[in-house]
Amino acid sequence: MTGTPAKALTLYEKVWQSHVVKTYEDGAALIYVDRHLVQEVSSPQAFAGLIERGRALRRPDAHIAVADHAVPTRDRQVTLREGLARKQVARLVANSERFDIPYIPMRDRRHGIVHVIGPELGFTLPGVVLVCGDSHTCTHGAFGAIGFGIGASECECVFATQTLRQKQQKTMLVRFEGERPPGVEVKDLILAMIARIGVGGGIGHAIEYGGSAVRALSMEQRMTLCNMSIEAGSRVGMVAPDEVTYEFLKGRPLAPSGGEWERAVAYWRTLPSDAGAAYDREIVIDVTTLAPFVSWGTTPEEALPITSRVPDPAAEPDIKRRAKLQRGLDYMDLEPGTPLSDIKIDRVFIGSCTNGRIEDLRLAAAIVAGRRVAPNVAAIVVPGSAAVRIQAEQEGLDKVFLDAGFEWRESGCSMCVAMNDDRLAEGERCASTSNRNFEGRQGKGGRTHLMSPSMAAAAALTGRLTDVREFPAAQ
Amino acid sequence: MTPFSSITSVAAVLEEDDVDTDIIFPARFLLLLDKAGLGKHAFHERRHARAGTNQPFVFDVAPFDKARILIAGRNFGTGSSREQAVWALVDFGIRCIIASSFGEIFYANCFKNGVLPVLRTAEEIAELQAAGRAGEEIAVDLVNQTISSASGLAQAFDIDSFRKDALLQGLDEIGSIHVHDMDDIIAFEARQRAGSPWLYLDGRKQSFFDDLDEEKALE
Ligand code: SF4
Repeated sequence: MTGTPAKALTLYEKVWQSHVVKTYEDGAALIYVDRHLVQEVSSPQAFAGLIERGRALRRPDAHIAVADHAVPTRDRQVTLREGLARKQVARLVANSERFDIPYIPMRDRRHGIVHVIGPELGFTLPGVVLVCGDSHTCTHGAFGAIGFGIGASECECVFATQTLRQKQQKTMLVRFEGERPPGVEVKDLILAMIARIGVGGGIGHAIEYGGSAVRALSMEQRMTLCNMSIEAGSRVGMVAPDEVTYEFLKGRPLAPSGGEWERAVAYWRTLPSDAGAAYDREIVIDVTTLAPFVSWGTTPEEALPITSRVPDPAAEPDIKRRAKLQRGLDYMDLEPGTPLSDIKIDRVFIGSCTNGRIEDLRLAAAIVAGRRVAPNVAAIVVPGSAAVRIQAEQEGLDKVFLDAGFEWRESGCSMCVAMNDDRLAEGERCASTSNRNFEGRQGKGGRTHLMSPSMAAAAALTGRLTDVREFPAAQ
Repeated sequence: MTPFSSITSVAAVLEEDDVDTDIIFPARFLLLLDKAGLGKHAFHERRHARAGTNQPFVFDVAPFDKARILIAGRNFGTGSSREQAVWALVDFGIRCIIASSFGEIFYANCFKNGVLPVLRTAEEIAELQAAGRAGEEIAVDLVNQTISSASGLAQAFDIDSFRKDALLQGLDEIGSIHVHDMDDIIAFEARQRAGSPWLYLDGRKQSFFDDLDEEKALE
């Protein structure tokens, strides 16, 4: 090989190029899909399409099915009550059997939210293309994979062909630089980024997260970061794989082992972006100046440091933006100028694919230990997976939460999406570690404030949004 | 897929930005297993607001209850991947959505269901919204890529040529891949299996999952 050196490529471009089955005349590509996580909500119509047209499922080994959205998080010992959720879960069981893909039952030790169990099982790996009929599939980008959410029709296409016709995204590098101040968690980094670039700021772009603050993150923290890429409009958010990644994956049940492990790691080491690789857009965020964030409105960009006040629409010169602010405040029932830390809450939800992992529960437990949930607050902890729950119980975290007055539940999406019995009543206000504060997201008429696990824990104790920095971990 | 070539209809106008898929189709209705009949849940909360506090939603005001075109703002369909949001709009009667930007998954889902999403600038949207609010009949012509009305509205729009043809023909994309691309897929898999065998889980996965107790007999 002589002549011009190869073009410097980004992580995203490398993984993309290694999955191009063919390129069409218009520049779009047929992309190979290595992994597909299947859940109950986005799959029934996709399976129905296969059945209707008599099509086969191409590669059963590339799929894992689990019911996470609609399942209850208590009383799992008895079978599912009659009703729509039971029908939907039953349909997934039947479809999995018919098409020969493994279905993980809700009482199984491997059960959990798709985006929590994919990595736990070693199903998620660096350099793969992984899809799921769920927008938070960007979570898996934390491993240096291209993970993205797709609709049900695309799920059907993956079942039948193991491919998708896609256009390559533009690239955006977000560098988080510096050391996180005490009390500032990864959730605050991503909320700060979304507040800065907006909920549409990443449309059309695959984000790569880099910088010193990202290199220092654990695997779980990287998942929290990538998870919310879609809240900035990006279907893809990635972190380059490194020793932290390999350490996390080694020995996982579906990860390569023995000689294959060595080969895989050698390949994964070639994936990080080349020096000099160009991005279409680049953003730098100074982490050292950040404070804990909370959302006050009904889109994830409507978030501010906890030390701020509810914004005043009257101060907004742009008519459209003023109207939007006002609508957000009306829905959230907030008065302009109110200190965020004066906002009283009714409920606390600690869980979800954003913050339902063991490190999240440890952070929350450290704040809660030896203290009591405020009298008018109902607080629940929903581990993201059975493995997280079992680990937490071994560490005694369930006791910490129960002693403080939290409820301790079984794994699932739960109050992140309110498809089971865990939901807000009309007008209730919740401090939540999930990812979306959309109108009605946690129940019709419910009001959501997004924040980190330790901020949610502090809010549970005081009954209002609270600056966790005034609330140090119990000794 | 139902083909799309042109449509003439009054247009429902939604002036908000960032209308997410939870607003278009609230999560609790995601438990329904069929595509048909979802239209009654489209914008459910907006249409069934607390009694007396709100004006009726545009979908419930004649003549817009028959609208086949929806004119939205910025970032329409942001949020979750639920294709139910598109199915519900289709079931209500909407076949064309005009916005200044779209949530990416929602945008892709439109094309799979014979719905034409059209991108326009904020200024063009303002012009269209004015015509829409006035109850004008608006014609969207995919063949010629134009939007027009009797009162002189005349806009031309861009669209990806593959997606245009797919809509015009009502293309079965899976069928098309099966017919044209299978050899390439088989060759890709052979190459990948040789280079990255760990991506093929047949044996390993089977043995790891052989003790799953199935929740049978639920249905
Ligand atoms: S936890 Fe919430 S965001 Fe994550 S997959 Fe479940 S419903 Fe979606």
